[in-house]
Amino acid sequence: MGCEACVAECPHQALYMNDEGQCNVLENDCVDCGQCVDVCPVAAISLPQRAESKEQSNNTSDKNVISENKTEEKAVKLEGDLSKYQGVWVFIEQREGEIASVSLELLGAGRELADKLGVELSGVLLGSEIADKANNLYQYGADKVYLLEHPGLKYYRTETYMQNFVQLVQKYNPEVILMGATTTGRDLAGAVATDLGTGLTADCTALDIDPEERLLLATRPAFGGNIMATIVSKKHRPQMATVRSKVMKMPKPIFEQQGELVKVDVEIDESQLLTKVREIVQQAGDKVNLQDAEIIVAGGRGLGDGDNFKVCYDLAKSIGAQVGASRAAVEAGWIDHKYQVGQTGVTVAPKIYIALGISGAIQHLVGIRGSDIIIAVNTDPEAPIFKECTYGIVGDALEIAPLLKQPLQQLLADKKAS
Amino acid sequence: MHIVVCVKQVPDTTEVKIDPETNTLDRSSAPAIINPYDAHAVDEAVRLKEQHGGKVTIISMGPPGAVEVIKKCIELGADEGYLLSDRKFAGSDTLATSYILAKGIETICQDNPFQLIFCGKQAIDGDTAQVGPGIARRLLIPQLTYVNEVTAVDSAKEVITVHRKLDDGYEVVEAKMPCLITVEKEINQLRYSSLPNMLRAARYQPHMLNADELNADVTNMGLKGSPTSVAKIFAPEQRGEGEIIAGSNDETINQLIQKLSDQMAK
Ligand SMILES: Cc1cc2nc3c(=O)[nH]c(=O)nc-3n(C[C@H](O)[C@H](O)[C@H](O)COP(=O)(O)OP(=O)(O)OC[C@H]3O[C@@H](n4cnc5c(N)ncnc54)[C@H](O)[C@@H]3O)c2cc1C
Ligand SMILES: Cc1cc2nc3c(=O)[nH]c(=O)nc-3n(C[C@H](O)[C@H](O)[C@H](O)COP(=O)(O)OP(=O)(O)OC[C@H]3O[C@@H](n4cnc5c(N)ncnc54)[C@H](O)[C@@H]3O)c2cc1C
Repeated sequence: MGCEACVAECPHQALYMNDEGQCNVLENDCVDCGQCVDVCPVAAISLPQRAESKEQSNNTSDKNVISENKTEEKAVKLEGDLSKYQGVWVFIEQREGEIASVSLELLGAGRELADKLGVELSGVLLGSEIADKANNLYQYGADKVYLLEHPGLKYYRTETYMQNFVQLVQKYNPEVILMGATTTGRDLAGAVATDLGTGLTADCTALDIDPEERLLLATRPAFGGNIMATIVSKKHRPQMATVRSKVMKMPKPIFEQQGELVKVDVEIDESQLLTKVREIVQQAGDKVNLQDAEIIVAGGRGLGDGDNFKVCYDLAKSIGAQVGASRAAVEAGWIDHKYQVGQTGVTVAPKIYIALGISGAIQHLVGIRGSDIIIAVNTDPEAPIFKECTYGIVGDALEIAPLLKQPLQQLLADKKAS
Repeated sequence: MHIVVCVKQVPDTTEVKIDPETNTLDRSSAPAIINPYDAHAVDEAVRLKEQHGGKVTIISMGPPGAVEVIKKCIELGADEGYLLSDRKFAGSDTLATSYILAKGIETICQDNPFQLIFCGKQAIDGDTAQVGPGIARRLLIPQLTYVNEVTAVDSAKEVITVHRKLDDGYEVVEAKMPCLITVEKEINQLRYSSLPNMLRAARYQPHMLNADELNADVTNMGLKGSPTSVAKIFAPEQRGEGEIIAGSNDETINQLIQKLSDQMAK
């Protein structure tokens, strides 16, 4: 892959990169210490490495060819043990009866996977008094809804959700399970995958199917977004993945769509449980809804200091936008982390993203690529953000932002009216 | 109270320099550090030890060089440290990692059972947040993830109360110990190391454990024990190159508004 992490790590200078970006071993110098194996971000090196590492890179490229050329073919049926696993499931996350938008986005993504595999798409809904939400899930593409209702499932708890979810998987054997990469989804996914002893890929940005082997191709960023890795779980089912909110497109609901409701019996013995939720405290003003914002004005280190950062708030306020920030601005203490956009912040997909004094580091860009229009203002004509924006203005953001207020306001008002 | 903290050595990603032309990584610029969340986990464990008595044991899986992060934990006030290091561990995904760490914890706690296990919320390199829940399931103990405050520990009743961070607030959860906690950075402010701890850390030699010493099934470790594998690597897709609007401030803004207006009409 050409990251050269192993080359730098090798204490004996026994590794080098060839022209195709694959690492080679100088056999006489290698002492099998294994340090290169540990640093490889994509687990491409193994020990004893000579024959194997080569084989593996070859396999990898063969595999690409297979998956790229045959996606049009119909999915085959698997033989043996894996064949009993069928269907795509989406964990439907809800709080107070409200379904998380990421779950609906995943129904959209799951629908495509299910069609490629020629199987059903099911939503798995756990909660208390939520049966009426099932209709909603059919509209977003589910063929079937597994409904688990019980007062003990009103709030998410790892223990109760995990036990019931695992039992359901063991009964119906789905081949793919998707969950939102939210605090709840990640908590549940990690526990469920371990109980089932199966593979789980975190924070995927793309999902596809290799129909030949009925494999879920789960793509996620590696090394700070510089490289994408497609991860598979060849010999284990179900194949699990989490996906962050706003990464998949929200499907258009089809209101007349119907589905099948499967009510599942739930038994919870509270006396056997080891955790209790005592209270849920909502903190007003704590929720920053960057993910759903239509317009975002984001500021970076280029604004100079915390006082100057106010130009973002000013502009945002006058055009009804949300404020966002780069990590550099967050680390400078100008704004709280929950406003951070990017790989270690939120992924956003607004209609308009305005970047003021942001250089466009890859970790920032991965979080904004879903925006319809990106407007960048930066004093440096060579700034990387100009390579990936829609419109770039070379200039001082502190001067330009205030000037943008009135005309943008006008434009947005006109658009709304028409 | 015996508290075990899982600590991972990671490259300091804030220092990683990437060459945008070749997509290569300049590793000389990236020193190995303790995963930042894990430092907070160690600090929290030490604070609980100060209040309730007991012992803080560090466990890490990694290459031999990871002894350095264990020494760092001794500086922060931990009592003992174990490094699980073996070529058989190399290439482990999260399922295999949690297996190895769980077996390691069982091994080092044979004579001194643990009441709490601390992990970081996630590692800044792998970034999956899957290892904590994995260890909890393997040891069959409750997991409390994304914890930003420990509010009470009742050692007699063996109950711990914490705040778990939610998107728009927090929840107060009570759990029976032994249990596993993964921590957010807000859980505490890291403290400076004391001089005696620094001196102790300088001389400290962590215990080393290899695969054979774990009383575990090697087929569950490393590449063999990892259900996930990498099928393909590629450069991320880029958006098209931006259109640069030039001129005086007023001109550029007029042009921009015109272009936006056209585009939004489409
Ligand atoms: C593992 C990892 C995860 C990361 N996650 C994230 C993440 O989630 N989000 C994120 O944003 N970053 C993230 N980063 C950090 C990222 O690499 C960059 O360091 C960061 O995005 C830089 O922020 P910046 O663009 O504000 O600052 P800089 O890179 O310092 O850019 C400032 C820019 O402002 C311009 N400028 C200066 N003065 C003016 C002016 N008056 N008007 C207009 N422009 C001006 C400069 O030309 C420059 O281009 C991550 C890094 C790592 C290693
Ligand atoms: C770019 C990249 C992508 C990857 N993607 C996946 C994937 O999708 N699925 C998958 O199963 N594996 C994946 N892996 C492999 C995974 O990173 C390793 O298994 C790693 O050993 C643990 O995962 P993590 O770094 O995500 O840790 P996390 O689960 O994020 O770590 C959480 C906490 O667990 C503890 N911990 C984690 N590792 C150790 C350790 N070695 N020693 C002591 N404590 C530890 C620490 O307390 C840490 O704060 C990926 C690796 C890389 C580099």
